[in-house]
Amino acid sequence: MKRIVGKENVQTSNAAKISYSFDATAGFQHSPDVIISPENAEQIQAIVKVCHENKIPIVPRGSGTNLAAGTTPNEGGVVLLFNHLDKILELDEENLTITVQPGVITQEVIEYVENKDLFYPPDPSSKKISTIGGNVNENSGGLRGLKYGVTKDYVLGVKAVLSNGEILHTGGKLAKDVAGYDLTNLLVGSEGTLAIITEITLKLLPKPTYKKTILTMFDSLELAGDAVSQIISKKIIPTTLEFMDQGTVRVVEEFNKIGLPTDCEAILLIEQDGSEETVREEMKAISNICSQVGATEIHEAEDEYQAEQLRTARRDALSALARLRPTTILEDATVPRSKIAEMVREINRISDKYDVMIQTFGHAGDGNLHPTCLTDLRNEKEMERVEHALDEIFQASIDLGGTITGEHGVGEMKAPYLEWKVGKTGIDLMKNIKQAIDPHNILNPGKIFAKSTKKRVVVNNG
Amino acid sequence: MADAALSVRIQQGFQEEVDETKLLDCMKCGFCLPACPTYVETKNEMHSPRGRISIMKAVREGDIPFDDSVEEALDLCLGCRACEPACPAGVEYGSLLESARNVISREKNPTIKERAVKHTAFEHLFKDQWKMNSLVGSIRVYQRSGMKSIVDKLQLTRVLPEILSELESVMPEIQKRQYTAQSQNSSKRNFKVAFLSGCLMNTVFSKTNDSTILLMERLGCEVVEPKGQACCGALHGHSGELESAKENAKRNIDLFLEEEVDFIVNNAGGCGAFLSEYDHLLKDDPNYKELAEEFSNKIIDISSLLSKLDLFNYTLKTKNQEQYVLTYQDSCHLRNVNRVFEEPRDILKSVHGAEYVEMKDADQCCGSAGVYNLVNDEMSMKILDRKMTHVEDTQAQIVITSNPGCLLQMKLGIKRAGLENEMKALHIVDFINDYLEIQI
Repeated sequence: MKRIVGKENVQTSNAAKISYSFDATAGFQHSPDVIISPENAEQIQAIVKVCHENKIPIVPRGSGTNLAAGTTPNEGGVVLLFNHLDKILELDEENLTITVQPGVITQEVIEYVENKDLFYPPDPSSKKISTIGGNVNENSGGLRGLKYGVTKDYVLGVKAVLSNGEILHTGGKLAKDVAGYDLTNLLVGSEGTLAIITEITLKLLPKPTYKKTILTMFDSLELAGDAVSQIISKKIIPTTLEFMDQGTVRVVEEFNKIGLPTDCEAILLIEQDGSEETVREEMKAISNICSQVGATEIHEAEDEYQAEQLRTARRDALSALARLRPTTILEDATVPRSKIAEMVREINRISDKYDVMIQTFGHAGDGNLHPTCLTDLRNEKEMERVEHALDEIFQASIDLGGTITGEHGVGEMKAPYLEWKVGKTGIDLMKNIKQAIDPHNILNPGKIFAKSTKKRVVVNNG
Repeated sequence: MADAALSVRIQQGFQEEVDETKLLDCMKCGFCLPACPTYVETKNEMHSPRGRISIMKAVREGDIPFDDSVEEALDLCLGCRACEPACPAGVEYGSLLESARNVISREKNPTIKERAVKHTAFEHLFKDQWKMNSLVGSIRVYQRSGMKSIVDKLQLTRVLPEILSELESVMPEIQKRQYTAQSQNSSKRNFKVAFLSGCLMNTVFSKTNDSTILLMERLGCEVVEPKGQACCGALHGHSGELESAKENAKRNIDLFLEEEVDFIVNNAGGCGAFLSEYDHLLKDDPNYKELAEEFSNKIIDISSLLSKLDLFNYTLKTKNQEQYVLTYQDSCHLRNVNRVFEEPRDILKSVHGAEYVEMKDADQCCGSAGVYNLVNDEMSMKILDRKMTHVEDTQAQIVITSNPGCLLQMKLGIKRAGLENEMKALHIVDFINDYLEIQI
């Protein structure tokens, strides 16, 4: 490896191995054997060939903000970094595309294109830290997903190294392309298990000219959920429709100190962008709906600074919740939008039933909630109850027509639940795909597919 | 094997002194990464706050032994604490680092280089202010023949980095303090304050201290400057010499609480932060716990005091109608520990005849960080050179700082960037005093 990338790009010290043994998921940690920082795709090819011959696991890692243990090297091997592959390669203003290396920080891309009056919508809460390569491999969402979709909706093509060391090009700067199977979309969200992406071409939009942000408060979680369903049923699609419960608002306010209301049960952060006229009209309609549903207060952000403070507060929610207890376990259950109020009720019921502390926030408009369990890994009895509660949340979500993960991925954490969502047929097909592309199972092994599936919980509401 | 024995002692020390609950507060979300200058520079998790926390935890639990790599990771931290305001989870990183370094420093013989720097700094210069003061007389003599002769005298030439001679070339000519606080007419008194003069500030930057007292008096404060004050202890504390830091703290608490003042003022961000955390430093000392809280609550930095004194109600304008472009480099500890960053900017923005330009990443450390630039000179200079590109982009003629270490480092940066003819670095008080007219 040192011969391939130079000794300065190979780390094997104890301190380095510990520093790359985790991502942002509680309870999953395993040291790699070596950490390698290649400088180009050719070096990656050479590394992959060595690993392929010797059956050594490779875990590609962006900034390690993963929330489903997707980047923990749970079988040791190589952690592959993209810190040298962090360049913006080309902005094509005629085709409205940008081509980047995987190690570029998401925020950097967003700022770069916005300076040219262009727009890259996917904005995961970790965008200041996460890399585009990480976002593509995880198919990350964000606060603007409701109107603009998620990462997969913007990936036009990739260059990737396959597990045998060959280089694959998919897609291109094309608005249309039906040449065979859609390999681009197969790789997006594949969590580093199918190939190592080394270059990405992204679609850009024109930057919206006008934006408005409001904060609405409700006396109950259900009312906030009702407001979400009603806004969408009135055929309005806001850019952002975010939800935080009281416990979340309190910790976020403790950190940010921007004057969020800590006495109401739930808040919705709503944004719309577009032409000034449409935005004003739709925001007025949204405010009316919220009032009718029973919002106790509606505040409009005075300027972009205040709006950004509100967005930042929402992005800080997960980490701020970590103030409450030593261990923070985040879930990503997602249901059809219309079921959001019902799902919130289910989460509260489950939290009471198992006596575990759960605070909830999330992308209400997407039906994508983040019920977050605040607990202590050292307390075995409590952890048992937490596990039961999480099982039941997954089950409730599936029963409502939802999924076990909306945007964080399966990783190692949700692998035991995958079959609940996709069934045996689904899992078998996925395994066949994996086997065909990575026969030695060297690319991010132990992710997505579990050794065994969890026993389904039988929910007895009676 | 000696190393194995050391590793066991350090693991035990970590178990006793590095708080497990505080370690667990870190949920490893990575929000600290963009705030950490050594991570930004290296893009290596080993040099990130969450990386260092995971390393401390692994050593504590015996998952990895204490070895060179662990030491390097903990040594290379600037201790700027920019990760703390960036951390939504509220992890007390500074306190974790301090206790880990304290254990390591106690259990391990420091390297020759460290020992030389620390020995000079802590035993000679910073132990007692009067020693530092008495040195000043001799430093002035030495200055004629250059800093090198002090270095020679203290037998440091073999081990000290080149940076020392670079620093020497940007040091101001050291003068004795000229001005002492005057007793005030009580009728126009705003506050009674005690001035904590600081070691570097009272010697290398003695003129700034004179100006600070003059300025407070002009704005209607009664100023006292207790005699016999000790170094605040920050340099000791941050380098793992907690016991000497505690001794200094007690001496200052005794001395300053005797004066019945509204505030205890400092003009050095690094000192201010440490002073405001005496309560934390002495939390386990039953005799001093409450006194330390009282002391820490009275600590204020000069910019915040000037704001309380309504400096903005007076017109601040440049002397001789000169025009300047200004920028401000945060003192890490003033910003990240005391959370003071608006006050100095507000003052600078209110000056007639000066345009304030905010520098990119002004909140990131300049690489000075106590004695970091002497011990880890290579990383320090990388960070400084990156900083200077941002400074240059502002096209400022004057870079304002709030801490002597930052001030020296910025002077050094200006020299390294070859900008000596276009730009200078000043302490905010010197800028106000020397460049502005205040119409009271």
